[in-house]
Amino acid sequence: MTTEIKLPFDKAFVSTFSSAMNEPAWFAALRLKALEQFEQLPMPKTEKTKIEKWNFTQFRQHTVKSQAYSSLADLPEEVKALVDIETSKHNLYIQRNQTPAFLTLSDELKNKGVIFTDIFTAAREHGDLLKKYYMTQAINADEHKLTALHAALVNGGVFVYVPKNVEITEPIQAVFVHDDKEANLFNHVIVVADDNSSLTYVENYISTVEESDTLANILTELVVNTNARVQYGAVDHLAKGMTAYVNRRGVAGRDSEIDWALGSMNEGNTIFENTTNLLGDGSIGDAKMVVVGRGEQTQNFTTKVVHFGKHTQGNILNHGVVKDSATTIFNGIGKIEHGASKADAEQTSRVLMLSEKARGDANPILLIDEDDVMAGHAASVGRVDPVQLYYLMSRGIPQTEAERLVIHGFLAPVVTQLPIEKVKKQLSEVIERKVK
Amino acid sequence: MAGSTLIIKDLHVAIEGKEILKGVNLEIKGGEIHAIMGPNGTGKSTLSSAIMGHPKYEVTSGSITLDGQNVLEMEVDERARAGLFLAMQYPSEINGVTNADFLRSAINARRGEGNEISLMKFIRQMDKQMEFLEMDLDMAQRYLNEGFSGGEKKRNEILQLMMLQPKIAILDEIDSGLDIDALKVVSKGVNQMRSDDFGCLIITHYQRLLNYITPDYVHVMMDGRIVKNGGPELAQRLEAEGYDWIKKELGIEDETVEQEA
Repeated sequence: MTTEIKLPFDKAFVSTFSSAMNEPAWFAALRLKALEQFEQLPMPKTEKTKIEKWNFTQFRQHTVKSQAYSSLADLPEEVKALVDIETSKHNLYIQRNQTPAFLTLSDELKNKGVIFTDIFTAAREHGDLLKKYYMTQAINADEHKLTALHAALVNGGVFVYVPKNVEITEPIQAVFVHDDKEANLFNHVIVVADDNSSLTYVENYISTVEESDTLANILTELVVNTNARVQYGAVDHLAKGMTAYVNRRGVAGRDSEIDWALGSMNEGNTIFENTTNLLGDGSIGDAKMVVVGRGEQTQNFTTKVVHFGKHTQGNILNHGVVKDSATTIFNGIGKIEHGASKADAEQTSRVLMLSEKARGDANPILLIDEDDVMAGHAASVGRVDPVQLYYLMSRGIPQTEAERLVIHGFLAPVVTQLPIEKVKKQLSEVIERKVK
Repeated sequence: MAGSTLIIKDLHVAIEGKEILKGVNLEIKGGEIHAIMGPNGTGKSTLSSAIMGHPKYEVTSGSITLDGQNVLEMEVDERARAGLFLAMQYPSEINGVTNADFLRSAINARRGEGNEISLMKFIRQMDKQMEFLEMDLDMAQRYLNEGFSGGEKKRNEILQLMMLQPKIAILDEIDSGLDIDALKVVSKGVNQMRSDDFGCLIITHYQRLLNYITPDYVHVMMDGRIVKNGGPELAQRLEAEGYDWIKKELGIEDETVEQEA
């Protein structure tokens, strides 16, 4: 029996919001259907973390009003650090809470047919294209309560579309600024790379408020068609007290490649899923992630690569550092479906605990339904070696600095392998702030 | 005043409840080079670890002072900043931390906030010392001791010694596992440090190293104590005749107190 959860927002509210945003009928219908389904659906299953008592559904404000930025000079310092404000060559979207606050896309990309716009403009102006991909291929609204809630209440996000044969060399970047304590993020990012295209997309979620008791329910859908390649980088740094459900899922077509470069630096409790469905033969999925947990927070990360196509290759590499009384769980799942012959599923997850009260776990899971495959896994959970700290300190380095070096060192093998320079740089800075 | 003075008085040290050092007395002044020799398992490495403050070793009684300051009350990093240095027998490997970043952190920890060494100056110094020690310059960017050969690790310890310029250094079996060329290079580094401001304690099984670094004082350790003192000629006699004559002379049956690797 599921307990009844009363949502703070009803059907009438959702309809009114949808009309105010001038959404096409199909989008409004999808919202209302999801709202209806919410009741019956279960909560998502989270391996090794109990989330019954976490609040994912109760909140006060659906949207808040924020000013747009008239120029990049108006950005808060923390955000300036994430974007290259010197250059004028930007493909950059900045969203302030729910308000599209800044957007530039080069004429060159516009002329090639690249679409880069906020989710509401996309629904109004590119409705048919969006409809083809929005919650149809990567994530479905009726998977569980949180996907349904998201579909019903989407209040921000971005749509990126790269047409066939278009190769983009400069990264496209989206920054989601959370600077209002009352703002809840139901953010939807949808990135589509059509046949033979390539794209590097980088996104940042950043809270500039210290603490907030709001929610983030963030979905990413990434569709990578035949022979296309997407490098998807993300650095999340949401405020303490914010409960986050983050689900980034990619679908890879024949001979395509998806490379994830993820840094989860949220300060609040977080459920994080990253899935790559290797549908097409010969497709490649590579998921790299670094995380830092501190304070009292609990974080649960599931990285999953599912092999459907033949000759598919999946690789997972996660490193996490846990400080204070925080808990970090890694679940690495390599799943090979029947028929996916010659698939190769590899994974490595490592957790380093820095204090007595820190808790960490790494669970490698291999689910294989085909004989002719390769698979491997490595997992480790350990505490910082006191002899290493002694060695560093014996050269005059104070304990906190020695720990900082060990943490950087532990994460460096992943950070240095990340394919996107921008993400590397951002991550090093955020890690620096978090481990101080 | 030229140089520092490290004074060890009646030092008793235990590991996991077992007494290893049973009253060691030693005084090392700036400008002096001391060598402690002795068979395996007599407490030599325990002495060096106890001076530096290794977490596994417990000082049960006695004192260690550096220029009158109580070393035993200091944290490990404070001991280093006060001027002590230990070249370790088994240096830790630290993945992900480059040799250069590590050394720069160590130098800056001594210099203090606001007085950090400039990157250019640091690189110049490091390159210079690495060339002196005939090290591959790529080693600056390799992860600290990770995948280093035994000889590379020892050279890297001496590189740290030369970069950090301590007042008193302890070299714990810096010669073990070194071929003759590496031994010469390591000795060259130590000899370069020789001055009135630098005191050194060399711990070794073998006389071989002392052919290249001539000690002023030689001490023999057995059963957790220093049992004999002399000059360089004592080391030569040990090389020629071994340790049995001392055991016989002092009536020691079992000289060992611990299992040393």
